[in-house]
Amino acid sequence: MTQSIKLKVNGREVSLPFNDPDMPLLYALRNELDLKGPRFGCGLGQCGSCTVHINGEAVRSCSYPVSSAKGMNVTTLEGLGTSVKPDVLQQAFIDEQAAQCGYCINGMVMQAKALLNKNKKPTEAQIKEALSNNLCRCGTHQRIVRAVQRASGQLV
Amino acid sequence: MSFLTKSSPVQVDTSKPTNLSRRSLLQGAGSLVVSFSLAPLSGSVLAATSSTFNSVKSVALDEVEGFISVNANGTVSIFSGKVDLGTGIRTAISQIAAEELDVSLSQIDLIQGDTLLTPDQGPTFGSLSIQNGGMQIRQACATAREALKSVAAKEWGASPSDITTKNGACYLGDKSLSYVVLVGMQPLKMKSDAKVTLKAPANYAVVGKSVPRLDIPAKLTGEFTYIHDFKLPGMVHARVVRPSNLHASLISFDDSEVTKIAGFLQVVRDGNFLAVVASDEWAAITASKKLKVKWSEWEGLPQQKDLWTYVRNSKIAGVEDLQKVGNTQQVNLEGAQTVEATYDFAIHTHGSIGPSCAVAQWEDGRVTCWNASQQTHLLRKQLAQMLKLADDQVRCIYIDGAGCYGRNGHEDAAADAVLISKYVGKPVRVQWSRADEHGWDPKGPPSLYDYKGSIDKAGRVISWESDAFIAERPKQISVTLLAADLAELPREVAHPGNIQQSLAVQYKLPNIRATAHYVKDTPFRPSWIRTPGRMQNTFGNECFLDELAAKASIDPFEYRLSYLDDPRGVECIQRVMKMANWKSAPAHSQQVDKAKSDIVYGRGVSYIKYELVRTYIAVVADIELNKKTGVVRVKKFYVAHDCGQIINPDGLRNQIDGNVIQTVSRTLIEEVKFNRSMVTSLDWASYPILKFPGVPTVEIELIDRPNEKPWGAGEPSAAVVPSAIANAIYDASGVRLRSVPITPAKVLQALKAVKSAKA
Repeated sequence: MTQSIKLKVNGREVSLPFNDPDMPLLYALRNELDLKGPRFGCGLGQCGSCTVHINGEAVRSCSYPVSSAKGMNVTTLEGLGTSVKPDVLQQAFIDEQAAQCGYCINGMVMQAKALLNKNKKPTEAQIKEALSNNLCRCGTHQRIVRAVQRASGQLV
Repeated sequence: MSFLTKSSPVQVDTSKPTNLSRRSLLQGAGSLVVSFSLAPLSGSVLAATSSTFNSVKSVALDEVEGFISVNANGTVSIFSGKVDLGTGIRTAISQIAAEELDVSLSQIDLIQGDTLLTPDQGPTFGSLSIQNGGMQIRQACATAREALKSVAAKEWGASPSDITTKNGACYLGDKSLSYVVLVGMQPLKMKSDAKVTLKAPANYAVVGKSVPRLDIPAKLTGEFTYIHDFKLPGMVHARVVRPSNLHASLISFDDSEVTKIAGFLQVVRDGNFLAVVASDEWAAITASKKLKVKWSEWEGLPQQKDLWTYVRNSKIAGVEDLQKVGNTQQVNLEGAQTVEATYDFAIHTHGSIGPSCAVAQWEDGRVTCWNASQQTHLLRKQLAQMLKLADDQVRCIYIDGAGCYGRNGHEDAAADAVLISKYVGKPVRVQWSRADEHGWDPKGPPSLYDYKGSIDKAGRVISWESDAFIAERPKQISVTLLAADLAELPREVAHPGNIQQSLAVQYKLPNIRATAHYVKDTPFRPSWIRTPGRMQNTFGNECFLDELAAKASIDPFEYRLSYLDDPRGVECIQRVMKMANWKSAPAHSQQVDKAKSDIVYGRGVSYIKYELVRTYIAVVADIELNKKTGVVRVKKFYVAHDCGQIINPDGLRNQIDGNVIQTVSRTLIEEVKFNRSMVTSLDWASYPILKFPGVPTVEIELIDRPNEKPWGAGEPSAAVVPSAIANAIYDASGVRLRSVPITPAKVLQALKAVKSAKA
């Protein structure tokens, strides 16, 4: 690896090496930092499985060049909580049993988290709109919406 | 140039003994397994890191030890040939085992789909994981429990019937002996007893409860290991460079650009199979894009607009009468009305959110392959055939992937990985791209139906004839491995699944003929996608019955009920009628000319007794249709569901939600697009699926029958969705939509045709 950048990932200062500045951030997170939250789904920014937060915004890490992440504050699913101590949104997904294969769930949580950071009590329509570019093939949509409602204190 | 010829794969020496002690997975044979402790969920992954080949335990289907090991730490390992494809059977099968063994759920460690460790319970398809796989495990666990009781009884000089079991121990009064101790006295070396006394459902503590799924917390926090996350020391990354068309030959390639890429290692070519290998993943991706390749031209696909003519005119491999009742040729048609209709159902792709992935490693002439195959045992056979190895020289180990909903690209990625790894001599990870998955995973084949039915003056059915044009079914239940095809290695012909099922009519009609015409040529490798054939056949059958009911001016549920004498089917329909507050009336009798606005509403019904022998489903679909735009929105689905004994009600609801929502997507939107050479719908923009705003509400009523057999639920509730939607569209508009996907263009065309017919 010929170059590297410094950035913060889940609150920790890290150095990410790369050969190609255009390499998507996703590969650095998964292969250099061994993070398993962000997932490869399409590489086209169409499905949302790879979503992370960069400076608080939900971003598709499959199409975000690693070099652009210099000095940024990146949060992945792992940065929210653990299975022993989950974050309120992760806990809501667990309570609603809102996953089947779970491959898309990283994106659902990170996208919904970004929504809740801006809108504490989103309506059902707002939740669906916010998640409309996150694809789920198993058909877990209803539970995912309920989990976001639950996390925002709007129990259904 | 790093091109490797076919004659220079890694040299392997098969004469050396396998390195047995490299990592001893299970120490010692017998059912007492010592020094082997697995945390729940990590079990299969830990097992997965061993590539040993020596037989460490029985994998016999008829032996208790095939399925069960009592471990020294008090846990019990359950070895399941059926795997959790995201449907929750890891939890459900653990519940079944814990219940029957009388151990706590946390004591169960489920190991799935490892050809060295788990019995071959058949592929995880056909809604059979609980019904067949789970029941084999239930029987083995009951046999083990009774055997353990006998050992304790002998020790205490008591009768086995006096012994009770709880939390992994046998009890008599204040005496107790743990299973670990009992198994140490007498290993569980016995046949699984088909006549063993199973626990009475009234005494169930774990089965029938909505136990939270064991895998979900880790999936929510990034702690779960999918195959995509699996890494081996020294592993390199490969990408397959796909041909420019379905049947291209590789003419030449130029790697002068890719050799400049930092991390690039080599090109692998075997016939028309072409791959690039690199030390890091992005270098492999970059190399796959920069490799200059010349492929031969090929334009053998039909024009998409002529697909149904192509299917109808294809060579027929065989004709099979699936059902003959009475004689449709000798009915009295005096005063009768005859209805004829043609239905079709498009080519679909599986659309897994995570493209297929596999890791392979060769060692001493044998290969281990880790992937998310729904059929590790069948895959092992196919890989062995392709590689000209004996079955036991190949080990396939399941690690969860993205949902596959049938035979998608997982097995092909496995074949890619073992082939590339053979050339490279290192562990290789192959990750498919989105275009690989959309373009090259095998497809659900096109289905075409001709129906002819007659009703008498009273509206009663006199005769029913169906002719289905569906993909040929070779004897072997597998789908050709893509790598074997490209490299021209030994392989089988693709099989589409048992797609003739559910074409036979589930109602007591006087004269029936249901005939399958097996089409020799389908445009793409055919395979099974959730509810294969049953969905398409039920679309035709349940829509056409609706046509006859409408012609007879009889309420569609009443019409169905009048031909049913199965009490469970009748109850299922009655339950959904009540749930949906069904108002009895012939379809489209209440909406006529009522709606002046562009938006019209309708309700459609459908019913199935799956494959005529198991799970009952009745549904009502509520839709709205915009007559101006042709857009159909499914607002709500009511589902009454009877699959017998329910293992995990919440898990079942999750599955039914998924079946309905996924199938609404397939019904309204999905269709593989192609030109004369190749699939052209290679991403989510060109092959879209349903998004959040379009998702209906699904309301479910489960009919639990704890004393009945548990039947499958992975597919049946999907079967009824397309027909219920099409029937609802008729109710709303008076227009029959007989072609899936039901696109706005087709709706507008059908509305226009009806309007001009009236004029």
